[in-house]
Amino acid sequence: MERSMLDLWVGLFVCAGVGALLILALKVGNMSGYNAADTYQVYAQFDNIGGLKPRAPVKSAGVVVGRVAGITFDNDKFLAKVTMTIDKRYTFPKDTTASVLTSGLLGEQYIGLVAGGDAANLAQGDTIKLTQSAVVLENLISQFLYSKAAEGDTKK
Amino acid sequence: MAADNLIEIDSVDYWYDRRRAILSGIDMTIPRGKVVAIMGISGSGKTTLLRLIGGVMKARKGEVRVDGQLVNKLDSNGIYRLRRRMGMLFQFGALFTDLSVFDNVAFQMREHTNLPERMIRDLVFMKLHAVGLRGAHRLMPSELSGGMARRVALARAIALDPMLILYDEPFTGLDPISLGVIRNLIRRLNDALGATSIIVTHDVQEALEIVDYVYYMSDGRIVAHGTPQEMLANHEPLVHQFVYGEPDGPVPFQYPSRNYAEDLKLGARHA
Amino acid sequence: MPERAVPSIRRIGHTTIDIVLRLGYAARFIVLTLLHSGTSFRRFGLIIREIYYTGVLSLIIILVSGLFVGMVLGFQGYHTLQTYGSESALGVLVALSLVRELGPVMAGLLFASRAGSAITAEIGLMKATEQLSAMEMMAVDPIARVVAPRFWAGFLSMPLLAAMFSAMGVFGGYLVGVVLIGVDEGSFWSQMQSAVDFREDILNGVIKSVVFGFAVTWIALFEGYDAPPTAEGVSGATTRTVVTSSLAILGLDFMLTSFMFRGV
Repeated sequence: MERSMLDLWVGLFVCAGVGALLILALKVGNMSGYNAADTYQVYAQFDNIGGLKPRAPVKSAGVVVGRVAGITFDNDKFLAKVTMTIDKRYTFPKDTTASVLTSGLLGEQYIGLVAGGDAANLAQGDTIKLTQSAVVLENLISQFLYSKAAEGDTKK
Repeated sequence: MAADNLIEIDSVDYWYDRRRAILSGIDMTIPRGKVVAIMGISGSGKTTLLRLIGGVMKARKGEVRVDGQLVNKLDSNGIYRLRRRMGMLFQFGALFTDLSVFDNVAFQMREHTNLPERMIRDLVFMKLHAVGLRGAHRLMPSELSGGMARRVALARAIALDPMLILYDEPFTGLDPISLGVIRNLIRRLNDALGATSIIVTHDVQEALEIVDYVYYMSDGRIVAHGTPQEMLANHEPLVHQFVYGEPDGPVPFQYPSRNYAEDLKLGARHA
Repeated sequence: MPERAVPSIRRIGHTTIDIVLRLGYAARFIVLTLLHSGTSFRRFGLIIREIYYTGVLSLIIILVSGLFVGMVLGFQGYHTLQTYGSESALGVLVALSLVRELGPVMAGLLFASRAGSAITAEIGLMKATEQLSAMEMMAVDPIARVVAPRFWAGFLSMPLLAAMFSAMGVFGGYLVGVVLIGVDEGSFWSQMQSAVDFREDILNGVIKSVVFGFAVTWIALFEGYDAPPTAEGVSGATTRTVVTSSLAILGLDFMLTSFMFRGV
């Protein structure tokens, strides 16, 4: 085989391989939408996180603004401590509320942020004070049943 | 050491297993410019001796000197430096099957020198011309006949004008014409390059016609040496049997075995 | 009874010693290869030549297999997902299974049987026909001149081949899912993009394929270099290359997966 033909084929091969990697990164993966480099971390503590998993999205007004980086258990306060990485492009006031929500009735769980009115913004390493735990279906049902039962009692 | 001896081998022993020596007490001197044959039957240790000279293996005892350098004490860099001045023709040529004839001959020039491609081209054509295959430079080794492959391998062995050319069974498996061509080339190239050649072979007739001196080996020892005329006239039974190709003699026709009658169970039938 | 047990115990001992010895030789071999890689980088043409033989010539089988595996995933995934009414997650299923597992593993297995066996056979034959000895007599180190370029070519080709396999597979899944069955194109891509993470999924897949490329090329080169210099020796070594490297890929895949995706 001539050297120039060889070079041509290998060049095509390498271009195709790198192209495939780029397609995977941009078209299949979400590298275009979300870059891990420009983020800051904030913490939040919850009584109950329900089925929240690491890498679950952090949304505000339905838009993904970050991801859950890690979930640990705080053994002093007996609370769940959630670490979130938020995209640098988005800033939130210090009195933002974080709540564990579910997309749809049985869908994946995510963290929803609702902005407050504070002038100062959350910075790297801050903790969100106002949190709302996950709604646990069993608690909801038992609450509902108790209130029904109580209603029945008062009616009698 | 005497400057006119290229190779001096002094009481060399070699073994894989201490109890079974491959070579024992080899003494040999090979003067510059000569063509020397090492002969012997298969398994007599002649290829091992060639490998000791090429530095592929190291003598367990004794000294192997090539051009004044003690081969068995050299480190691998030293051996590689020495080998650049040696050429070796392998039994079946051992051409690189993925390179063309031209690239095979050019291989060492490209590996060891920084010569410009134009000069390599000229040199390769000169070497190929010397073996009569300048016209075949585009062919791949798979397209060559056995004799042509051997000639290309010879051109490759002399690519860097070596001071020493080693031949491992150069006559094996060749038709009579190719054999004659190779035989004459060995002598002619040696004299033209001012090199020294060592031929390991068991082809007596071919070798005796072109060599200056013969060492005859048997069982890891040198049992006889002399000029071709002396070898032909030698009355030592081992040498005589070998030179004249007699089927039976000191080297027996039968592999050592038990009594023939016993193996055929003749005794058992009578009992 | 004890007299009969002795030979079998001896055989166990013999086999163990053999395995340990071969592992030692293989380790020494790869270290030598890495140490003598300088020549191949100074003369990059050597590596390019080998990339042609290992990479480019494996291209057809990788692309065609990738396409078919993706198409089959499309069909099967659709049938399963449809039962739960979540056909729109087809893109996620196809992409994740390809990028995380099937891409690197299948490409690795195909690479082992196409390129790995060819490397073993070539080096084994070079040894059997004394080409390696001839090279050594010409003061050229066969590890630097023959082994190292092939090693780096395999090491570089394998991740590219795996990426092409995955990309082709996603395309196959798209063909079947969107074009043939009629899953909504928008949700196919958007669900895929929101579920596939660059670092967690794609990069880990690439790391897997790099590890597989290293392992397969190493095994193939060592088997060839270590093969007995006869016809049977070379054919046996070629078979061993395919078997050993396939097992190595599956074993390594299990280990890597359990490391990488433990927390997810």
